[in-house]
Amino acid sequence: MTNDKQLGLAGTVAGLGLAIGGLAFGAFLSQRRKGGDDDAPFYTRKSPDSDNAVLGRTVTIRKPRAELYAFWRDFGNLPRFMENVETIRKEGDHRVWLIKAPAGQTVEIKTEVCEDVEGKRIAWRSVEGSDIETRGSVEFADAPGDRGTRVSLVMSYNPPAGNLGRTIAKLFQREPEVQARHDLKRFKGLMETGEIATSAHRKENTRAAKQQEKET
Amino acid sequence: MRALTWHGTHDVRVDTVDDPEIINSRDAIIEVTSTAICGSDLHLYDGVIPGVLPGDVLGHEFMGRVVETGSDSTLKKGQRVVVPFTISCGGCFHCQIQQFSACENSNPAEKQDMSAKLYGHSMAALFGYSHMTGGYSGGQAEYVRVPYSDVGPIVVPDHLDDDKVLFLSDILPTGWMAAENAEIQPDDTVAVWGCGPVGLFAIQSAIVMGASKVIAIDHYPNRLALAKQLGAEVIDFRKTNVREALMEMSGGIGVDAVIDAVGMESHGFAVDNLVDVVKQKVGMGADRASALKQAILAVRPGGRVSIPGVYGGMTDKFPLGALMEKGLHIRSGQTHVQRYTKDLLEKIEDGTLDTTFLISHRLPLEDAARGYECFRTEQDSWTKVVLKPGMDTPATN
Ligand SMILES: NC(=O)c1ccc[n+]([C@@H]2O[C@H](COP(=O)([O-])OP(=O)(O)OC[C@H]3O[C@@H](n4cnc5c(N)ncnc54)[C@H](O)[C@@H]3O)[C@@H](O)[C@H]2O)c1
Ligand SMILES: [Zn+2]
Ligand SMILES: [Zn+2]
Repeated sequence: MTNDKQLGLAGTVAGLGLAIGGLAFGAFLSQRRKGGDDDAPFYTRKSPDSDNAVLGRTVTIRKPRAELYAFWRDFGNLPRFMENVETIRKEGDHRVWLIKAPAGQTVEIKTEVCEDVEGKRIAWRSVEGSDIETRGSVEFADAPGDRGTRVSLVMSYNPPAGNLGRTIAKLFQREPEVQARHDLKRFKGLMETGEIATSAHRKENTRAAKQQEKET
Repeated sequence: MRALTWHGTHDVRVDTVDDPEIINSRDAIIEVTSTAICGSDLHLYDGVIPGVLPGDVLGHEFMGRVVETGSDSTLKKGQRVVVPFTISCGGCFHCQIQQFSACENSNPAEKQDMSAKLYGHSMAALFGYSHMTGGYSGGQAEYVRVPYSDVGPIVVPDHLDDDKVLFLSDILPTGWMAAENAEIQPDDTVAVWGCGPVGLFAIQSAIVMGASKVIAIDHYPNRLALAKQLGAEVIDFRKTNVREALMEMSGGIGVDAVIDAVGMESHGFAVDNLVDVVKQKVGMGADRASALKQAILAVRPGGRVSIPGVYGGMTDKFPLGALMEKGLHIRSGQTHVQRYTKDLLEKIEDGTLDTTFLISHRLPLEDAARGYECFRTEQDSWTKVVLKPGMDTPATN
């Protein structure tokens, strides 16, 4: 125990040093990047711009922009394809996301919509009292011809520092990035086919059913 | 229900497993009347395709009667249908442009990562063909849950019996697409490696498409005889120097198009093929591609290379220089089955295509394990095995 603690302390100090060095280096890099970069989305860069974990992903969905926007704007719909999100309920101007974790535990995130451009873009961020600091945005742009709509999801999150953050990440069981990517694919599938694809043989073997089982 | 399940390399068994049920509203449940063992199943049997789990129900060539329908299925109970082995949603970009085997939605999101890592893009789902392609239970069973039943299955008329239409599920469209990918012109000489079911249907299709000469290559006398019966000239690769023969038989020009209907487990005695055998055994993912390499060297400059044979990983010493310097066109892929079923059904009905000549064995589903073993070890005489769940089974239930 003591050993662990000492290690932990030493680690923190070393980590702090690294973090400061990292910050300086990051500032240097972002300085260099300003202006002169290529046309790729910022989240595809080899070295990240921000200290937060950032993820971004685009899918093309063969449905009109307005329809997709409307579905997403009604946050109550999101748990239909976001596997870890149990419910999103309204609380005044805020939404409270109840996120599943193993052994019946949950994480709560309270968000506000900070940008809403009809048919084009929705952005949200967590407010005081959330277990995780996070921001997200979804953008809808017409795809060429009759290919439908390009939907880009960008999220950043700042898990509580160090061990607690890792514990929460573990609580989610997979990396948020993988989860978000799968969720976006499920959104696409739901919109294009009206259902969530499953290779289960029987209802009790679907992932949704299994997750409920895990909770009880 | 009873179903053929995978337990390991060369270990498949007919077990009792849960019956499937409707999960999504576009699903249907099919009671299987006929199902076949495919050369592709041998890759699973030989353990060279990753992502198969013990207990998985195999089989992707099947047909039967509709016994249950979800609320959005367009099928009706009692209809006889043949089910494409590629599972396609009908609504995504690739389905819309008829590239059904590239469907973006049928493979569940959480199963797409493996193929996305390996190939740069995730694969569509296939029935009974590993969790890399979805992990859907297959058709070598009494019942199958068929998703997107409003898109894939084709209803067949009662006067055509199972043996005639079953192969619409895979190998007939596969042979047809292989020939189509060879972009055959009337004066062409076309060479086909492999006289298994896929090769045989590719030969028949190439002839229907008007090739002036088709040359078939294999080493099994009975399979070569079937090719000859279709109108092909044949080469036994154990007895003849294939490339030299092909040059002579095409008047010194080289064949105009080549079709690799062999795939990743090609037989060959060249050193690099033997090295690949070892790598494949220790899971280094080296595909044995000796037939394909030979085909690329044999085709004339500016010629076409069509690859219906299945490959899953990497291969060494690929003749990349020949490909570039000769300016070859290559086309390949899992078959876009749904694109062809309607036309090919007509060609079966009007007698343009014969689909029964290659069936060598009909067995009850209970004998499926023996079917696998013999289809693998006695390839010459076991050209195609059809399993019939209804056959010979005792009436006790
Ligand atoms: N693209 C698709 O959608 C699709 C669909 C079905 C099958 N396939 C693939 O097509 C291939 C053939 O299937 P099949 O059912 O006919 O298999 P099969 O195993 O019955 O036939 C393969 C034949 O190739 C012959 N062969 C082996 N090495 C050879 C060589 N070096 N030169 C010439 N011939 C050689 C074998 O003797 C055998 O007769 C397999 O790889 C299978 O997975 C692809
Ligand atoms: Zn097949
Ligand atoms: Zn699709």
